[in-house]
Amino acid sequence: MDITLPILILALPIAMFLILGIGGVKMSRKVAGVLGILGMGTTATLAYIVAFTYFFSGNPDFIIDGVRLQYQVFDVTWLAFTQKLIVNIGFLLDPISAMMLVVITTISFLVHLYSWGYMEHEPGFQRYYAFLSLFSFSMLGLVVATNIFQMYIFWELVGVSSYLLIGFFYKLPSAVSASKKAFIVTRFADLGFLIGILILSYYTDTFNFINLTSNPEAVLTSTGGATFMGASVLTWAMVLIFTGGMGKSAMMPLHIWLPDAMEGPTPVSALIHAATMVVAGVYLVARMFPVYCVVDAAMTFICVVGAITAFYAAVVACAQIDIKRVLAFSTISQIAFMMVSLGVAYDRPIEGVHYAGLGYMAGMFHLFTHAMFKALLFLGAGALIHAVHSNNYTAMGGLRKYMPITHWTFLIGCLAIAGIWPFSGFFSKDEMLAAMFARHWFWGAWMTMVAGLTAFYMFRLYYLIFWWEENPHYKEHKPHDAPWQMSLPLIFLALVSCVAGFIPFGELVTWDGVPYHIHIELPVAATSLSVAVIAILLATKMYRVKNDLPTKVKNFWPTLWEAAHRRFYWDEIYQFVVHKIIFGIICRSIAWFDRHVIDATMDGMAKVTNVASNSIKGMQSGNVQAYVIWFFLGAVALAGITWLCLV
Amino acid sequence: MESVGNIILYFIVAIAMVASAFMAVTSTKILRAATYLLFALISTAVFYFQLGYQFLGAVQIAVYAGGIMVLFVFSILLTHKPNEKAAPLSQHRRRTGILCSVLGAVLLLFALFEMPLINGISLSEAIGGSAMITMTDIGHAFTGTERYQYLLPFEAVSVLLLACIIGGVTIARKE
Amino acid sequence: MDLSILWYLVPSVIMFVCGVYGFITRKNMVAILISLELMLNSADLNFVIFNRFLFPGSMEGMVFTLFAIAIAAAETALAIAIIINIYRSIGSTEVTETNKLKH
Repeated sequence: MDITLPILILALPIAMFLILGIGGVKMSRKVAGVLGILGMGTTATLAYIVAFTYFFSGNPDFIIDGVRLQYQVFDVTWLAFTQKLIVNIGFLLDPISAMMLVVITTISFLVHLYSWGYMEHEPGFQRYYAFLSLFSFSMLGLVVATNIFQMYIFWELVGVSSYLLIGFFYKLPSAVSASKKAFIVTRFADLGFLIGILILSYYTDTFNFINLTSNPEAVLTSTGGATFMGASVLTWAMVLIFTGGMGKSAMMPLHIWLPDAMEGPTPVSALIHAATMVVAGVYLVARMFPVYCVVDAAMTFICVVGAITAFYAAVVACAQIDIKRVLAFSTISQIAFMMVSLGVAYDRPIEGVHYAGLGYMAGMFHLFTHAMFKALLFLGAGALIHAVHSNNYTAMGGLRKYMPITHWTFLIGCLAIAGIWPFSGFFSKDEMLAAMFARHWFWGAWMTMVAGLTAFYMFRLYYLIFWWEENPHYKEHKPHDAPWQMSLPLIFLALVSCVAGFIPFGELVTWDGVPYHIHIELPVAATSLSVAVIAILLATKMYRVKNDLPTKVKNFWPTLWEAAHRRFYWDEIYQFVVHKIIFGIICRSIAWFDRHVIDATMDGMAKVTNVASNSIKGMQSGNVQAYVIWFFLGAVALAGITWLCLV
Repeated sequence: MESVGNIILYFIVAIAMVASAFMAVTSTKILRAATYLLFALISTAVFYFQLGYQFLGAVQIAVYAGGIMVLFVFSILLTHKPNEKAAPLSQHRRRTGILCSVLGAVLLLFALFEMPLINGISLSEAIGGSAMITMTDIGHAFTGTERYQYLLPFEAVSVLLLACIIGGVTIARKE
Repeated sequence: MDLSILWYLVPSVIMFVCGVYGFITRKNMVAILISLELMLNSADLNFVIFNRFLFPGSMEGMVFTLFAIAIAAAETALAIAIIINIYRSIGSTEVTETNKLKH
């Protein structure tokens, strides 16, 4: 494959970032917006060409005998530190990276378009587009990384762009602290990631994904059975690498940054905190999947973390008032869903399991469909916030008559995420649940419950926004549908959410490139569908028209509701640990040491120097005769010493 | 054995040299100091003659005792009033000077008498053991490029003197 | 009674330390220059003495002294030019007065 297109895919967004970042202040909003949209549109077109070439051209570089291959379009040495430590930079094409190219560029383009309407009156419009381009560049670089170090570099870059965009409204203290929180939490997780990378590459002598994943047994043997604190070194490495993914993908207990990240502009939440960046952790696990498969402990860890997170986030989402927070917790829950799906997958046949790699395929499928419908939901939420100028559903209610486009597209998004046939979420979720049930009934049952909760809280949100009771404020300020720049992405994404389920995803993306024919497992599908329908009916009963049933439920066990509303006090726990223990005890003693020992040593040295200089500066008098005296006495002393030595 | 005349000459010159050097640095009248310096230089020249370096002795008298002394006297006359006395020395300064010079003298004399560099050869033996240095030898030494010949330093000194002439003119010129 | 090397070196040493004494105690620049000449002269004399007594067959000490005399002459001429110039500008040749360049 020609390397021009791949290079352009990466070069265009970064060029846009530089142009808009440096020259943006001189541009009008219109020029900057059109430039950003055109740049992203071109990138999207190129990415589509590359992805379609990869999937459908039949080129022997990409597919041989129906098996899709991993293909490095280019891979050049970038930083050669030592003979062994060489960091390459390249462009890897394989099913998941091609799929991610499509997802990222599509959502990014739609968000660019949407932001034109949404951010129209905000100051710093050009800066916003520059940051969006920077993010797109980083995310694209992340998914096409040929080696884990390149991935790490872009991983940090997406972290930075996320930080910049969350803190876009930098005059709001809440946005500033949210961006700091996001950066620090993910950065803390990335420390684990880096240590994991270093351990892994120390034993395997390579960063390259193809080298690592093509022969996972060799990776296992390369560690030579070394263990640390009761677990093998490889387990540590893979768990630490997954820690990085936990940070980015907001798994418990590192999830605390994502709800706060909703302080950023809503299109940013749609792009970064729903569709692309937060699935980087899932993508990372998928990328290293064969290596994870040889480390059972790490896979179990992923499953457990995912399952707990999915349930926790779903419960919390039922008790939130801010509609973006509901969506944020829903995102956490859905990503955890993908994690569990990856965790139950296996790279070789298991007895009694029809197709062990199904979880991988289903997880990637859900990543794709979730990106579309969750972006749709966030953009819809953006349209709502744009219309009523509040994040809380208490300021909404009965909006279906005022905002029909938003209403219908939001409903499609809710149906998709709830997993109702024939919307896309049904197909991917069904495959995931099938994979979980196949591995062990417990995972399947647990995650079916989470799926039911998902349907419940989404329709709770939907009814509270669009039904319930009309807010009296509408008489003064009549809400209306958003301008075409915002409606167009909504309609497009709604259409995608309707049809995406029928994409023969198994033919395109599997862990080993061997096509898999998706077929719906009727018992699983029937179970999940009925659970979802029951949940939706329950939500309808409780929230369709204004009644006191929700209050009754709330008062049935108020402590639980309060705890869920306060997200089970995770933030308070972190506050306590950070402020009371780390700042109060550890940092204070370090600060004392710094002030009274280190600083004092330095001050003392300066003082001694000062005193010594003052005491001898009189010798530098400019009086030649005094110099001669010293010189002569010195010569005499030297002669005397020489003589003493000779005797 | 040295000839008695040589020994007597030595004593006269040595005493004159030490005395005039001492007076040159202690005399309060600057012109007298210069005159004592002249005596010290002439004594040195006599030593050169006695040691068998006639040409060097002649240069010493011509350049030092002649040329440089004239410069000294001129400069003194230009910058001092007649009979002007130097300001009396402060006690501190005199003590420092005495300390330094006595210390140096003790160390040097001690070294002279203790160090085994003395080969015990006498002057007459030293002179008799080597050929007389003629002007031809000196001329060859200054104009050759062989070993023990010094054309390059000779030329370097001539350039230095030229630089000094220019420097002297520049410094002394009236603005 | 032999005139050995020590007989010549001792007056030379005394002349040298006299020069040191003068250099340290004198305030007049011309007098300092005179002390300097004494020290230089003593050094010259030492070259010649060592040449005569320790290496009678060669003449390097003498040649070196000739160069030293030439350079000393140049140096003295220049120093005196500077002294006269200073006298012209500040009306004194005391070293304690010549600190104007410092400020």
